Amino acid sequence: MSGDELRAVVIATLQAIAPEVEAGELRGDRPLRNQVDLDSMDWLNFLLGLNKKLGVEIPEADYRKLVTLDDILAYLAAKTPAPSPPSR
Amino acid sequence: MDSPSLIRKTAADLRVPPNWQDFGGERRAFSWDAARAGMAGLAGGGINIAYEAVERQARTLAGKTAFRFLSRSGPARDIGYGELARLTARFANVLRGLGVGKGDRLFVLAGRIPELYVAVLGSLRNGTVVSPLFSAFGPEPIATRVNLGAGRVLVTTDALYARKVAQWRDRMPTLEHVLLVAEEGGGTAVPGTLDLAALMAVAGDECPVTPTAAEDMALLHFTSGTTGTPKGAVHVHGAVVTHQATGRYALDLHGDDTFWCTADPGWVTGTSYGIIAPLLHGVTSIIDREEFDAERWYGILQEQAVTVWYTAPTAIRMLMKAGADIPRRYRFPQLRFIASVGEPLNPEAVRWGKEVLGLPIHDNWWQTETGGIMIANTPAFDIKPGSMGRPLPGIEAAIVKRQENGTVTVVDEPDVEGELALKAGWPSMFRGYLNAEERYRKCFAGDWYLTGDLARRDADGYYWFVGRADDVIKSAGHLIGPFEVESALMEHPAVAEAGVIGKPDPVVGEVVKAFVSLKAGFAADEALRMELLGHARKRLGAAVAPKEIAFLPALPRTRSGKIMRRLLKARELGLPEGDVSTLEAGA
Repeated sequence: MSGDELRAVVIATLQAIAPEVEAGELRGDRPLRNQVDLDSMDWLNFLLGLNKKLGVEIPEADYRKLVTLDDILAYLAAKTPAPSPPSR
Repeated sequence: MDSPSLIRKTAADLRVPPNWQDFGGERRAFSWDAARAGMAGLAGGGINIAYEAVERQARTLAGKTAFRFLSRSGPARDIGYGELARLTARFANVLRGLGVGKGDRLFVLAGRIPELYVAVLGSLRNGTVVSPLFSAFGPEPIATRVNLGAGRVLVTTDALYARKVAQWRDRMPTLEHVLLVAEEGGGTAVPGTLDLAALMAVAGDECPVTPTAAEDMALLHFTSGTTGTPKGAVHVHGAVVTHQATGRYALDLHGDDTFWCTADPGWVTGTSYGIIAPLLHGVTSIIDREEFDAERWYGILQEQAVTVWYTAPTAIRMLMKAGADIPRRYRFPQLRFIASVGEPLNPEAVRWGKEVLGLPIHDNWWQTETGGIMIANTPAFDIKPGSMGRPLPGIEAAIVKRQENGTVTVVDEPDVEGELALKAGWPSMFRGYLNAEERYRKCFAGDWYLTGDLARRDADGYYWFVGRADDVIKSAGHLIGPFEVESALMEHPAVAEAGVIGKPDPVVGEVVKAFVSLKAGFAADEALRMELLGHARKRLGAAVAPKEIAFLPALPRTRSGKIMRRLLKARELGLPEGDVSTLEAGA
């Protein structure tokens, strides 16, 4: 999965919980929960949703590493199969 | 009723002698008059919460840390009692400079940042009434409460202002001053607002405490009912006597404790016990700015050497879910007492505490209206897991039945379900719902305050929560009024009717679930469901908005036209529908 595809999956998962989110307004380097109203339950459902969609196990002990959108993308990229080489 | 799961306390369980050891003796000897006489009081006979909590303490504890603020982004910030006195004096001077004085209303809307604590205590020092708002509220709950409370001042952050207030400012006509804190540090320059840091920098350190009387309004805590607008529960400066007594008996605070109350000051627990009570006892409070995280929380218990911990069932159940491996990597031998409030703590959670944390968890019970803990499990006494415990000294509780003529009868025999009632007159009892005298009066029968909670008392005097007498939803320990949620959904052009219930949830107690029927011409599809969810979240915020929305062709109504939430809930749970004699035909 490419970085862009991964980002799209993450945003879609987020929007399933918080449909008001505008993808273009999110800053990747800022804590996600400072930008989107997510209570503890929303947050857990978001992480569970990523687990379901991507098949990536996210142990509870890793939750604290997942603060910004960039953190989440980097974490997931490291755990999902590398993108297939460009075909051209 | 002796249960095999009783957790017996022995002398070996007690690392320090508890403040309350002789159950009956202390209850008999206690009087609120004597407790009041034990407070410092103001010269001239008044009483002021900030004077008791900060000014008086700063004289003997100036160098001691009052609050230790933790955040992910930087080192801990300690504020000592002396510095807190100076900062709150400055804040009071800021208010005086703006012409804001005694009885004026100030709202705070922020995360757990130092400025919020300074604003709350500085306002109390100035005689200005404080109303805390939960920072996860959306624009609509914020505007509703500011308007009900006729707020003149709002203290918030630049980011929250931009997201939740700026576009709605013209809907809050009483709001004259907005004081902003920069979330990233430094200053702010937002049109129509003032930069709090700049005002504080030029304000003086000296500011005499505004004389307040025991019955002067101090805090305004909004809570939700089944119908109508939120209710502003009025609390007075004299409530500080209860904050002191309950900190002593229910939380067993000793002067050398390190105390961590995890509640947000946007709710009454985070004010009474996250700000006021620990200061009254001269302890050091830990305040974590971050959201719940199991690993982080165990780390705080260990690194900060927390001794007394006051948390909530939702947090405990999330810790349980996170598993027993994480706590095994941490050591917190200083921790000696754990209490919980917000909703009944299930027996498994009480026992999990003993097994995994090494200490049982002590559930206690109170409400926004009571201003302080009323019924509690405390260190010296046996715990019956699942029970809220027994009434504190100074508190008389009973199970009552309402009669047709508006009076109540007290149920003396044990194990009978009825409404939990408290004998009126403890100092932190609410003194009214703001501008809603009739609603206030309905809470009393004779000299009993009727709590709206159904409970029973066993033969040993322990109280057991049974349920709510109304449709109010309790999610993560917070009350949510279905009407407020339904109203927001009704504002969407597609929605014809909305009915909102609490759907049981193993972690947060109940989640908000909305049932809606649509106007002609709208299709009940996934796209509309997401649109409604986004619509509700933008207005109400994550803490209040529904987590689930379901479409129904029509909602069940009584013949008089009221939506039958009880029936929606019964159908959701697959329970018997009960008495449907008032149901409108065809629903």
